[in-house]
Amino acid sequence: MVAGWFAGEGDDFTLLGTRCSGCASVFFPREDSHCRNPGCGGGDLAEIPLSRRGRVWSYTDSRYRPPSPYVSDPELPWEPYTLIAVELAAERIVVLGQAIPGVTVADLTVGAEVEVVPGVLHEDGETVWTTWQWRPTGVTA
Amino acid sequence: MTGEVAVLGAGMHPWGKWGRGFVEYGVAAARAALADAGLEWREIGSIVGADTVRGGYPGYVAGATFARALGWQGARVTSVYAACASGAQAVATARAQILAGLADVVLVVGADAAPKGFFRPAGGDRPDDPDWLRFRALGATNPTYFGLYARRRMAVHGDTAEDFAQVKVKNSAMGALNPYARYRKRVTAEEVAASAVVADPLRLLDICATSDGGAALVLSSMEFARGRGVAEPVRIRAVSTVTPTYPNTVLDLPDIATDSAAAVEPAAETFRASIAHAAYEEAGVGPDDLSLAEVYDLSTALELQWYEDLGLCGEGEGAKLLREGATAPDGRIPVNMSGGLASFGEAVPAQAIAQVCELTRQLRGEAGERQVEHARVGITANQGLFGHGSAVIAVR
Ligand SMILES: [Zn+2]
Repeated sequence: MVAGWFAGEGDDFTLLGTRCSGCASVFFPREDSHCRNPGCGGGDLAEIPLSRRGRVWSYTDSRYRPPSPYVSDPELPWEPYTLIAVELAAERIVVLGQAIPGVTVADLTVGAEVEVVPGVLHEDGETVWTTWQWRPTGVTA
Repeated sequence: MTGEVAVLGAGMHPWGKWGRGFVEYGVAAARAALADAGLEWREIGSIVGADTVRGGYPGYVAGATFARALGWQGARVTSVYAACASGAQAVATARAQILAGLADVVLVVGADAAPKGFFRPAGGDRPDDPDWLRFRALGATNPTYFGLYARRRMAVHGDTAEDFAQVKVKNSAMGALNPYARYRKRVTAEEVAASAVVADPLRLLDICATSDGGAALVLSSMEFARGRGVAEPVRIRAVSTVTPTYPNTVLDLPDIATDSAAAVEPAAETFRASIAHAAYEEAGVGPDDLSLAEVYDLSTALELQWYEDLGLCGEGEGAKLLREGATAPDGRIPVNMSGGLASFGEAVPAQAIAQVCELTRQLRGEAGERQVEHARVGITANQGLFGHGSAVIAVR
């Protein structure tokens, strides 16, 4: 679904961004064609792993089923999931993602530490769509 | 200062879920604006439409669609798309044509028939579209972004759910007085608190609905207005359509991430604040000169953010300003006297035009029970997806 946005397994799982060789700007989702810094003369965009841990910038949840192209089984009752916007200190960027299943807004506070882990966005009989998810550190489930 | 244009006419089609096509709403609003201006459609030299998706047609159309429905008469035509800022860009285009001498009098029209429920991107597999991606990869609807902003305000500034509810209480009381509003019932804080959570911490009554509706303006040169015997028209003095400055470090719809500030320090003011700042600078006025403001209250919490971005108060003081009653009808700077999106809902291409319609009524002293006394200067503020700024300053 989204090629090259993340890689690795377990503790090696990371989001993948790109960095401009001309100005050191970082991009996520990855920018492969042009540096978007208006003060940059242009450089090569190289793939880099992003920090695995960050701090919660904000969070919310989705109590109603989102419309397509989000994929969910309309036969099943809607299970709300949590969304977390996470500030990565080294990259000075905020990245949105779903929380791991089971984490609710009651489990979160702004400023709390979370880490990125692999997760499943959706699966059917033929395909498993993998994604990145945020997990509060200290939670191992 | 770049010169002023006159607002000769303002007209709207009531907001609601009428189940008809956007052309009908736009034509009704256009005819109302022409009647208000005392002009015939044949006298209009240029028409600018704020775009919507035309059913069954793979594209965004507006200007020519309205021109055809009103009757082809050879006018210059323009269509503009800038998401929620489409209406402001239509006003900006009309104003530029007038100031450049390309047209004396221009009709601006925006109308839409919105889908039920959440807005969603167009169909197909389109991973090059950030709007498609946020739905596909995250299920992140518009309300989830509003929820993120609201929760952030609670954590950083100490806003409460009760503060948010009071925005709805205020705006619904004004909507109850506006015949063009979709919701004409006063809402209590208890009713907000009892409504279902949509995106924590926001509830159904904190978030604006999608609606059908239309709005139109007749704009002209000052010479044309005087020639028609309108000596002191409402005048548009500024239209801000600025883009953000890199790096944009506030998470914006429909993005999955902010720009990184790793290489470049962010500007001192946020994108939303820069939208207002550009309008103030162009008009030569400041927040202290305002009589009223119409802001895009997609959520109750977002209205509080606009107070700060418009410079009505300091950062983090939005809820305090509300609690003091400064933004209430009889306050120092009344906000959303129309009832806002809380009372109208979103009819995307029409809303920024509808905001100017409300300023026009207020500055003329024709707003009836909603009238702000001695209104002289008004601002609208709004933000369109994909980095479109929108603010209009009108004076009398
Ligand atoms: Zn660069």
